[in-house]
Amino acid sequence: MPLGPLPAAVPPSWYLTLSAILFALGVLGFLLRRNIITVFMSIELMLNAVNLSFVTFSYMLKRADGHIFSFFVMVVAAAEAAVGLAIILTVFKNRQTLEIDEVSTLKN
Amino acid sequence: MQLWLIPILPFLGFLLNGLFGKRLSKPVINIIAVGSVLLSFVWVLKTLNGLGAFSGGLDETYKEHYYTWIQSGTLNISVDFAIVRLTAVMLMVITGVGTLIHIYSVGYMAHEGGYYRFFAYLNLFMFFMLILVLGANFLVLFVGWEGVGLCSYLLIGFYFLEKFATDAGNKAFIVNRIGDFGFVLAIFLVAIHFGSLDFGTVLVQVKNLPVEASAGIFTTISLLLLVGATGKSAQIPLYVWLPDAMAGPTPVSALIHAATMVTAGVYMIARTSQIYLHSPWALDIVAIVGLTTAFVAATIGLAQNDIKKVFAYSTVSQLGYMFVGLGVGAFSAGIFHLMTHAFFKALLFLGAGSVIHACSGEQDMRYMGGLRKYTPITMVTLLCGSLAIAGFPFLSGAASKDLILEAAYEHAPWMYWVGVFTAGMTAFYVFRAFFLTFFGEYKGKHAQPAHHDPDTAHQDTHHHGTPHESPAVMWIPLAILAVLSVVGGFINIPRFLEPLFPLQEGEPARWLEYVAMAAGLGGIALAYLFYVVSPGLPESLANSFKGLHNLIYNKYFVDEFYDATVVEPMVDGSRQLLWRVADVRLIDGAANGIGSTARGIGGILRRAQSGYIRSYAAWVLAGSILAIAYIGFVGLTR
Repeated sequence: MPLGPLPAAVPPSWYLTLSAILFALGVLGFLLRRNIITVFMSIELMLNAVNLSFVTFSYMLKRADGHIFSFFVMVVAAAEAAVGLAIILTVFKNRQTLEIDEVSTLKN
Repeated sequence: MQLWLIPILPFLGFLLNGLFGKRLSKPVINIIAVGSVLLSFVWVLKTLNGLGAFSGGLDETYKEHYYTWIQSGTLNISVDFAIVRLTAVMLMVITGVGTLIHIYSVGYMAHEGGYYRFFAYLNLFMFFMLILVLGANFLVLFVGWEGVGLCSYLLIGFYFLEKFATDAGNKAFIVNRIGDFGFVLAIFLVAIHFGSLDFGTVLVQVKNLPVEASAGIFTTISLLLLVGATGKSAQIPLYVWLPDAMAGPTPVSALIHAATMVTAGVYMIARTSQIYLHSPWALDIVAIVGLTTAFVAATIGLAQNDIKKVFAYSTVSQLGYMFVGLGVGAFSAGIFHLMTHAFFKALLFLGAGSVIHACSGEQDMRYMGGLRKYTPITMVTLLCGSLAIAGFPFLSGAASKDLILEAAYEHAPWMYWVGVFTAGMTAFYVFRAFFLTFFGEYKGKHAQPAHHDPDTAHQDTHHHGTPHESPAVMWIPLAILAVLSVVGGFINIPRFLEPLFPLQEGEPARWLEYVAMAAGLGGIALAYLFYVVSPGLPESLANSFKGLHNLIYNKYFVDEFYDATVVEPMVDGSRQLLWRVADVRLIDGAANGIGSTARGIGGILRRAQSGYIRSYAAWVLAGSILAIAYIGFVGLTR
């Protein structure tokens, strides 16, 4: 059965708006929350917001690039999650805290 | 003809003695040093004989090409050696007199430290001097020119533990830099103007031009070359280094600062005479510089007490004569005087060395005297040399000096009269030295710590009681030079050089010769009166003309004048401007300024590095917003 245009489809701009909102939430979470886990989750939120944009644009332009990009982003996100969580675990083991402003030894 | 062998032989001597001399015994060093120069002399004789120089040949330039040194556009400079008759005279003088002085040095330096070093330098000097005269273009000549300057510096400062010796070496080197600067500029001008540095090419080009043609460039080149010549040949205003150069060992004074190196300027002007002939004005300057130098140096020589200083000023004065000869167009007479001067002045210096040797290092003539009893051979040979330089009839000095004076009379009579007067002074001061040394009573002190002239302190390694005659290795060269000084005038150099420098037409008036002779004899008689008959006379005379005596005794205060007008401003300028302003403020300031600016900028930027991840994220956000805003307002162009 061939795929035709969807009847009464959700317009692409809605997807993009949702993507923007999700991204903004991610940014705000990253900037305002102090728990490293939450910050980490905010990063994931931003990544997935961008993924949503990619897929939307890919659909609009009828090209596969966006899909491929989003796959790459997912792969990187998965790897990042593994490494990131490991780092967070180690930080917690060493400092008994997940307060992000406490971890500022890069200065000096 | 293997011309390259001539300079390479002394160079091999230099390498052997310089590299291994420390481990060689004195006889081996002697054989290497003297033998290499002697072989070079033999090779010169053989070459010149092969070229027919002794039998009327060698009318053309004989040239050997070795390799191309610089090839740049149309300018092609090769390492070539060439022999013209002028070069032949120089080669004979340099290797001949050089050999004699090397032999003499074996005796003179026998008790000195640095024995092998001395001979290595001496051989190196011979190498460069031979390059200088053999060079077939300006640049090869310049290599030799600088090389002999280096050796002169090394040998003046041979007693390098003494401050005055190193100072004198520095002085000679630095004063010569001024002259060399002029010489280099002249070489550049020649290269630009003629497109070649080869003597043959350039001189033929010049010769084919009419005398009036572009005199400006010829005058400029001539005068710049003259600046170089005044440096090397110790003429006014650059003569000041030569008297100080007597700080070196006496054979060095004889070889470098009397017989050979200082005549390089005369040789150079004679070699480039075609250029000078196109600029009568520059030739006049040469004559006037020479005449002034001859006169001024002779007056200074009247009142010096150091025997080597007397002969040093005499050398400056005689070089002045040679310049007069060149300047009035009698090039061959100048070269003739160069040769006879090499004989008798080398003899005078070596004789002075023998006297100094006899007096255990004393150089002040006031503490000599009466040496005729102790050193008869030295006395006789020195008498020959003194008579020759004084212009005694039929001796070598008279022959060449008369030719110069006659040519000067043709050119301008007043030059002749100044020259004659100078000749009288020359005879006077040379015989003053002779009588003070050999006549009267011996005034030296056997134990003489009180009168240690700093110039002589180094030679007092061996104290003898009374004065003694020098060994045969020293007096035999003296004897040979004495014979040459007597008969050297019969070697008809002007005739030999006729293909290069045409002889002047017509016989000069006989009275010119007689007047010059009378001046010489008068000078000798006056010296006899002053220093033998009534020794009190000079002192009373000096007292009655105190101002004048003081002036010449202190060498016209020229050194002080140069100190005040050139050296001090230079040192002060360097200190105040170059050091305190240019170096400290400008260069150091720039270097430090770059560093402190970078540090200042870093000081500001480091505030951004708070270490808080969230502040970094805020910066990223701010940056992204800025970028997006920019794109939003301006739009993505292109």
